[in-house]
Amino acid sequence: MLQSALALINRDMAVARAQGGGLGAALGFILAVMVLVPLALGPDQMLLQRLAPGMMWLALLLSVLLTADRMFAQDFEDGSLDIMTMAKIPFELVTLTKALAHWLTVSLPLAIITPPLGLLLSIEANQLPILFVSMITGSLALSLLASIGGAVTAGMRRGGLLVSLLILPLYVPVLIFGVSATGVNIGPASAAPALIVLCALTLVSLVVAPWASAAALKAYLR
Amino acid sequence: MQQFANPTRFLKLANAVLPYVWAITALLFACGLYGALVSSPADYQQGETARIMYVHVPAAWMGLLVYCVMAGFSAVAIIFRHPLADAAAKTAAPIGAVFCFLALVTGSIWGKPMWGTWWVWDARLTSMFVLMLLYLGYIAVWRSIEEPTRAAAIARIVAIVGVINVPIVKFSVDWWNTLHQPTSVFKLGGPSISFSMLWPLLVMGLAYTFLYLGLQLISMRSEIATRKLRQARLIEIGKR
Repeated sequence: MLQSALALINRDMAVARAQGGGLGAALGFILAVMVLVPLALGPDQMLLQRLAPGMMWLALLLSVLLTADRMFAQDFEDGSLDIMTMAKIPFELVTLTKALAHWLTVSLPLAIITPPLGLLLSIEANQLPILFVSMITGSLALSLLASIGGAVTAGMRRGGLLVSLLILPLYVPVLIFGVSATGVNIGPASAAPALIVLCALTLVSLVVAPWASAAALKAYLR
Repeated sequence: MQQFANPTRFLKLANAVLPYVWAITALLFACGLYGALVSSPADYQQGETARIMYVHVPAAWMGLLVYCVMAGFSAVAIIFRHPLADAAAKTAAPIGAVFCFLALVTGSIWGKPMWGTWWVWDARLTSMFVLMLLYLGYIAVWRSIEEPTRAAAIARIVAIVGVINVPIVKFSVDWWNTLHQPTSVFKLGGPSISFSMLWPLLVMGLAYTFLYLGLQLISMRSEIATRKLRQARLIEIGKR
């Protein structure tokens, strides 16, 4: 069972490597935000420093959102998902591997690249470790929740718009606790509990997302 | 419950019940509005403005209640495969969205003279806003999938994921808000509301509930009619 799951992850990563695109576009989006925010708000160092964690989280979240609608659409169109329903492993595990592959190919690289880019928004170097921790933890939740949106809209011709409407409410808690965990806006005292809640949110989405996306995809594949 | 799986039997019951539901609704609204506008005293701080509470608070209650009802019907549809549960959940969504919208708008109108602004990012307002987004997403799923059984299967998931999400959002915006702007939180503390204001509020809440019940029955009736029409049309096309 584990072998099949690993094979599926490998396949998805190979496909993502061969096609490129997803990660590049998302990275371009994040870079654009990092460059445009100071231009829009003015070069005031203090202001930028205060806004930086929120802006970085927002950029990460929206760039993951951008890639969500393609998570299942391609495999649905070319029939790969049909074959995966016939696999020996439960379909919930298939959707989990798809979400994990999305995390490994899109969200995780973005979560690793974004904090250093925050230096453009004049954050301090000693804030980097906590930003890494909060973004890497949160990015898994982002990918898992995106898989729900991707599955619900997999068979729609214009799913892109609906994906953001569906996922936005699910992302609200992740954003709040992700930013709080950096402790920049609210002081370090509440950073640790926020990080724990962020972990809890990630675990909850680990339970709910595979089930929900499997159920939604099954409705399309019937 | 299963005996109402037959739409005809359900329609018979709905038609029998509806006049009573409307009569009770009218009576409750008359009673509640009298209490709200005439007999209850004006608030000692907010003056006459506080009377919008009797429209606003029940609308917010209903916004939440209808979402729970919708998710409940979705769960029933998954567990028992009840044929009318999907129709009930589908028709509940627009009604709940309107209640939610009403709560947001009346709250905004109330907020302007009281807080001096139309909108504050207060925890309650934010969670109500997110609830509205959940309603819109649910309705959009029904709209964008043509095949009804498939749309139903997917909408169930969206409703249930949403109902798991609501308390989490509530908890997180409370956390976020209390850390950011604890002063502007507006609260009707339990003991701070006097009985003369409480009873019209509760009566209005009941009136809204019966209004919802009536609207739900009517829109389910038209949903069943739409289904029949669709089937008749498909048979017609099949004959050609």
